Amino acid sequence: MDRDAAGQPRRAFDEMQEEAGVRPAYAGIAAWIAQHGLAALGAKRTEAEALFRRVGITFAVYGEGGDPERLIPFDVIPRILARSEWDRLARGLTQRVRALNAFIGDVYAGQEIVRAGRVPAALIADNEAFCKPMLGFRPPAGVFTHISGIDLVRTGSDDFYVLEDNCRTPSGVSYMLENREAMLRLFPGLCSDHRLVPVGHYPEELLETLKEAAPPNCTGRPCVAILTPGHFNSAYYEHCFLADEMGVEVVEGADLFVRDDVVYMRTTAGPKRVDVLYRRVDDDYLDPRVFRPESMLGVPGIFAAYRAGNITLANAPGAGIADDKAIYPFVPEMIRFYLGEEPLLQNVPTFLCERDADRAHVLDNLGELVVKLARGSGGYGMLVGPHSTKAQQEEFAARIRARPQDYIAQPTLALSTVPTLAEGGIAPRHVDLRPYVLMGREVRIVPGGLTRVALREGSLVVNSSQGGGTKDTWVVEDRPEPMPQSQSMGAMSQSQSQRQG
Amino acid sequence: MLARTADSLFWMGRYTERAGNTARGMQVALRMAGLAGSLGGGRDEWRNLLVAAGAEPGFRGTGRAVTPEAVIGWLALDAENHSSIANCIEAARRNGRAVRTALTVDMWEALNDTWREMRARAASATDEDTLPGFLDWVRARTLLFNGAAADTMLRDEGWLFVHLGVMLERADNTARLLDSKHQALSGAGAEGAVAYAEWQALLRSVSALRSFQWVYHTRLRPDLVAELLLFRPELPRSLVACHVRVLHALERVAAATGGRRGDPQRIAAEINDALAKGRVEDIMARGLHDWLTAQIDRNVELGDAIQRLYLSG
Repeated sequence: MDRDAAGQPRRAFDEMQEEAGVRPAYAGIAAWIAQHGLAALGAKRTEAEALFRRVGITFAVYGEGGDPERLIPFDVIPRILARSEWDRLARGLTQRVRALNAFIGDVYAGQEIVRAGRVPAALIADNEAFCKPMLGFRPPAGVFTHISGIDLVRTGSDDFYVLEDNCRTPSGVSYMLENREAMLRLFPGLCSDHRLVPVGHYPEELLETLKEAAPPNCTGRPCVAILTPGHFNSAYYEHCFLADEMGVEVVEGADLFVRDDVVYMRTTAGPKRVDVLYRRVDDDYLDPRVFRPESMLGVPGIFAAYRAGNITLANAPGAGIADDKAIYPFVPEMIRFYLGEEPLLQNVPTFLCERDADRAHVLDNLGELVVKLARGSGGYGMLVGPHSTKAQQEEFAARIRARPQDYIAQPTLALSTVPTLAEGGIAPRHVDLRPYVLMGREVRIVPGGLTRVALREGSLVVNSSQGGGTKDTWVVEDRPEPMPQSQSMGAMSQSQSQRQG
Repeated sequence: MLARTADSLFWMGRYTERAGNTARGMQVALRMAGLAGSLGGGRDEWRNLLVAAGAEPGFRGTGRAVTPEAVIGWLALDAENHSSIANCIEAARRNGRAVRTALTVDMWEALNDTWREMRARAASATDEDTLPGFLDWVRARTLLFNGAAADTMLRDEGWLFVHLGVMLERADNTARLLDSKHQALSGAGAEGAVAYAEWQALLRSVSALRSFQWVYHTRLRPDLVAELLLFRPELPRSLVACHVRVLHALERVAAATGGRRGDPQRIAAEINDALAKGRVEDIMARGLHDWLTAQIDRNVELGDAIQRLYLSG
C-alpha cells in the first residue's frame, strides 16, 4: 500500500497541501505564515519553549546523560482535522473501544470468542498480558478499559489506520491539553479566527468516567485518587497535572494501606477511604501479594480489596490482553463478533511471524516491512525496512527465526505529513494521532488527541523517547455556523449521542 | 491531606527559609569581616556563623581550617553540607516537585526558576566580586517565594503546613543568630566599637536596623537589641512573632484534621507562655547563651512532635 502499481514508493499524503493548493482547513495557517514569515514562527517556537520550561512540563528520558528533565519538542504549526473528518473517526473509535472492552470481559469470563473459533486459544492462554487472577471477576459496569489511547495514522484523504491500541496506561494526554494552552497564548488571533473545538474539559470528563466506575460498596461521593510510581517515572508530571486538574490526590504506594479489604490513604487527619484509583502503575507492580512479590511501588492487599468490591482499579488489571500486538490482528473480528458490526476503522495488515506462511513472507520482504516486537513499546527493538541496512536486516532475520512468536510485521505505511518548522525552514514531517477514549456508562472522546511528529527528515518513528515531538491537534468546525435559537438546539442534541462536544 | 504531601510542603517552607537565612547570616559575617581591618576583632566571625547555622559539626568533620573561603564554600555550595544554600534550594524544589499539585503556578515558578538559576550561578557564586550579589539574590528569591505563597495559595491545610515550616525555621534562625552574637550582647564584650558594629550587623540581617529606631528612638543598646529580636511582636522575625504564628497555624491544623492535636500544640503553647512572660533583664542576668540554647532545643522538640503527629502518616 506504500507503493503504486509500478512499485514506486508513493508520495506521502500531505495534510496541508494538495495538488490544487492549500486545503481549506489549513488556509488560516498558511495565511499567517505568509504574512508573518519564518522568523516570526521561529520566535514563537522560542517563546513556546520558555513557556513549557517555566511550567515544568518535562519528560524523563531513560538511559541518557545530560539534563534528566527534558522537554518534548513542541512544533508550533498545528495539525488540523475538519470536524466532519473527526466525527467519522470518533464513530470508529467508539466502536473499537466497545469491542476491545467486550473482548477483555470475555477473556476473563467464558471466552466465547475462543470457543467460536475466532481467536486462537493459545494466543490468550500463553499471553504474558493475560492476568489469571482476574478470571471470573467483573468490574463495576463491566468496564475494564476506562481510558484507552488508540494510535491512528493517515495515508490518504479518507484512509486512516489503527496502528495500535493502548488499553493499559496510555500517557500523553497532558501534552494534548498543554499544547492547546500554549497555542492559545502564542497565537490568540489565529485561534480565534478558527472555530476550534475545545479540549480543556478532558479532566472533567475523566473525573466523571472515574466516578461512574465507583465500586459497589462505595456509598456517597466516591473518593478518587491517582496512583503514581513516583517522581522518577517519565510521566510523573502528567500524573500530577491530571490530579491537579481533577482536584484529587496523587498517591504513591506507600501512601496507601489496606485493612479488612478496604483501601485507605494516610492523611494528616488519619486514614481516609479511597474508592477509585486511576492507577498509572503497571499490573505487575500493583500488589506484591498477587503479582511481583518484590515490588515496592504497589499496595499489599489491594487486589483482594478490588475483588471484594471495595475499590475500583482503572484500568482493570489484565486489560493489556486487548492491546497486545499479537491480538491486534483480531480486533476487526472482535467488532464483528461482539457488536455484529463491520469495522469503521481499518487495521494495518499484520503478519504474525509465528505462522509459517507469514514468517516466510516477512523474511523475504524485510526491506519493505516494519518489524516490531509483539510486546515492545516506545519504538524500541523495531526494524523499519526501507531505512535499514543489510546488516540490520540480517540481524532481525536471525532474531525472528530464533523467537518467531516475539515478532510481527506490517507494511511500511506512507504516513501522512504536516508542515513542521525544521532546521532549514518549513518542511513536511510524518505524524500520527493518539485520541483518548474514555469509557464509563457511556463513551466520551474529547475531539482531537495528541499528534506526535517525527522530527528527523524521513523518519517514521514518532515516539518521544526516540526524538519525536508533538503538535497541537485542531478539530475545526466545517459545518455551517449553527443558527441561533431552536433550530441549532435540535442539531446540537443530535450530534451529542457520543458526547463529542 | 496526604501526610506525605504535608511533609513535603512543610520542608519546602523550611528549606526555602533556611536558604534565605543562611544568606542573611553570611551577609552579617562579610560585613564584620570587612570592618575587621579598621575595628580589629571579628576573628571568630566565621566560626560563629558556622555555629549559628548549625553547620559547625559537619564542617569540623571535613578537617578543613576555618578560613573565610572554606566557610563560604561550605555554607553556600558544598554538596556535603545538607543545609548549604545550593542544597536547600535543591531540597525545596525537590519537595515542591513531589507535591506539584499542592502549589500554585506562582509558587512553583518561584521555586523552579530559583533552582534553574542556581545551577547557572553555582560556578561563580562564591567569587569575591559576585558573592554579595549572589547573597542578595538568594534573599530576594526567598522573599519572592514567601510572597507567592502568601498572595496566591489557597488558605487550606496545605498553606498551614508551608507557613508552619517557614515560621518554625525563622524562629529557629533568629534564636541561632542571636546566640552567635551573645558575647557582643551580654557580659564583658557588650561594649565598644566592635560590639556596636555587631549589633548593627545583627539587626541588618533580620532587616530590622531601621525598625529598631522606629520602636525605641534611641542609640543601639544590647538589651534593647535582644528585646526587639526576642519579645517585640511587631517585628516579624522576632521569636515571639514567629511562635505566635506557629501556635496559630497548629490550632488551625487541629481544626482542619478533625480535632487531631497533641504534643505540637502543647509544646508550642508552652513556648508562647514563656515568651509572653519573659523579660529581657532576667534573661540577660541569668545568661543569654544558656537561655537561647534551651530555646533552640525546644524548637527541635516542637519540630519532632509535628513530624510524628502529622507528617509521618
